[in-house]
Amino acid sequence: MSHAEDFDSDRRDFLYYATAGVGTVLTGAAIWPLIDQMNPSADVKALSSIRVPIDGVEVGTQLTVKWRGKPVFIRRRDQDDIERARKTKIEDLPDPLARNANLPPDAPATDENRTLDEKGEWLVEMGVCTHLGCVPLGGKSGDFGGWFCPCHGSHYDSAGRIRKGPAPENLPIPVATFIDENTIKLG
Amino acid sequence: MSGIPHDHYEPKTSFERWLDQRLPILRLLYDTIMIPTPKNLNWMWIWGIVLVFCLALQIVTGIVLAMHYTPHVDLAFASVEHIMRNVNAGYMLRYLHANGASLFFFAVYVHIFRGLYYGSYKSPREVTWIIGMLIYLAMMATAFMGYVLPWGQMSFWGATVITGLFGAIPWVGEALQTWLLGGPAVDNPTLNRFFSLHYLLPFVIAALVALHIWAFHTTGNSNPAGVEVRRSSKEEAKRDTLPFWPYFVIKDLFALAVVLLVFFAIVGFMPNYLGHPDNYIEANPLVTPAHIVPEWYFLPFYAILRAFTADVWVVQLANWITGGIINAKFFGVLAMFGSIIVMLLVPWLDTSRVRSGRYRPMFKWWFALLVFDFIVLTWAGAMPPEPPYSTIALIGAAYWFAYFLIILPLLGVIEKPLPQPGTIEEDFIAHYGGANDTPAE
Repeated sequence: MSHAEDFDSDRRDFLYYATAGVGTVLTGAAIWPLIDQMNPSADVKALSSIRVPIDGVEVGTQLTVKWRGKPVFIRRRDQDDIERARKTKIEDLPDPLARNANLPPDAPATDENRTLDEKGEWLVEMGVCTHLGCVPLGGKSGDFGGWFCPCHGSHYDSAGRIRKGPAPENLPIPVATFIDENTIKLG
Repeated sequence: MSGIPHDHYEPKTSFERWLDQRLPILRLLYDTIMIPTPKNLNWMWIWGIVLVFCLALQIVTGIVLAMHYTPHVDLAFASVEHIMRNVNAGYMLRYLHANGASLFFFAVYVHIFRGLYYGSYKSPREVTWIIGMLIYLAMMATAFMGYVLPWGQMSFWGATVITGLFGAIPWVGEALQTWLLGGPAVDNPTLNRFFSLHYLLPFVIAALVALHIWAFHTTGNSNPAGVEVRRSSKEEAKRDTLPFWPYFVIKDLFALAVVLLVFFAIVGFMPNYLGHPDNYIEANPLVTPAHIVPEWYFLPFYAILRAFTADVWVVQLANWITGGIINAKFFGVLAMFGSIIVMLLVPWLDTSRVRSGRYRPMFKWWFALLVFDFIVLTWAGAMPPEPPYSTIALIGAAYWFAYFLIILPLLGVIEKPLPQPGTIEEDFIAHYGGANDTPAE
């Protein structure tokens, strides 16, 4: 049966599609706030930057601070840490990128690209394993003299670069700067 | 229901007739409780009742625990201690709820492996099987979120690791993880929503259980012989079955009493045996416990998650083919969810038309190996992620997939099944003796 000449049926089709279309949009509009309410609220998003005094951090020790709900490692490396990290060749790294928020995303993972100062004494990195988000144990743990994640056995070297285990990336370096020689600003 | 000819509900009083014409609820209850049940069901068919009991126990104890619990990061841990020390019999309610989860999972695993051995998933019971698997998934989500609520160290870090699984999904993972957590890390918004969902999901499970029962009441129960109840006449059907009430209700309640004897011994004398001491330390976002272990019922899948590291050739191959989109982390996540999806698909992966493992001489051994594999994976999941445990976990994970994806499809083709009994009645007499006398009604 053809409906080509049936004007009434055309009207019905139009009404059907118009109602279904409006109904779909309205349902979507009603559901969206219910989904979006689970995203971070305004006060959570408002946590921006913090200043961390570092004058108490001795050589060979590490300060852990909480920033945006996650731990940040501020490590003052000793000579041994620096030498080990600088000797490592890029070819030996599972993740060849620096993962440094202060540098372009394609910067190579050299030790110089990881540390905050020229000398390589200060290493600031997120203390969150790139596997499933545990806090790695540090500063001279694991097979590569850096950090070791107890959850699933990822080993990071003294520059926080992944060397062994299931984690895919180097420990990320947050936006950080020296305000003065005794204060680091995160974010 | 069930297509098995049987006596239907007859309203006896004038009130019953009056109600039956308006809301046939007594008819529904009668037909459900009097369903003709294969009379050869063995002791492996009692776990359904145990599971219904567990769901009821968890809902009842959970509702009263929620009257004393506070879902806030500063108060949650203290409110659980308040339940343990101050609330009247609060310690008992909490231990029942915590160990109730363990009994729930123990029963569901036996129930699932029962189905796998006796081919309960095969046509025409695929929908029952799939709903069952959905119940299992909902149980895992509920148990996981419930374990976060006491806000101990294992709660916090378990939540971090498991929500991190979603972060491994390429492109959308990070946004999805933030959406789940309500922030950059596990924090108060996470605890709040987990409490809300932990309260909701058991009722979703209850609805799914109703569908599960509806589905197998439509097809009739499976049974150890794997042959169907005769449906040609009421007379024949009666020789294969007995009504669920009172015969199987009494049997199941007896079994439940035995199971509860063990359960209450554990709750009463060793309530923390299955827990982790670390969860009596309040959550600290800056310190990860030295050894994160999920609850025992997640261990086999946790072992599979950890088994696929970057040095495994399958992982390297997947990484190379997808141009790095599937890395070791995402591979592990896919393997973990995949290990459950293969179970979901088992009605179509198993090519054998013989239902019961009893009459499958080769299948029997592979199945026994699967049970052993499950136990080994549970053990390996609790061990630290280093050799030799990581290698054992990898072999175990490989066998899990091989069983469902290679062995089951092949066995149906190459195996020569043993002769099956012609009827359930025949099987019953062979096992329990007695002539074909129908019991008095």
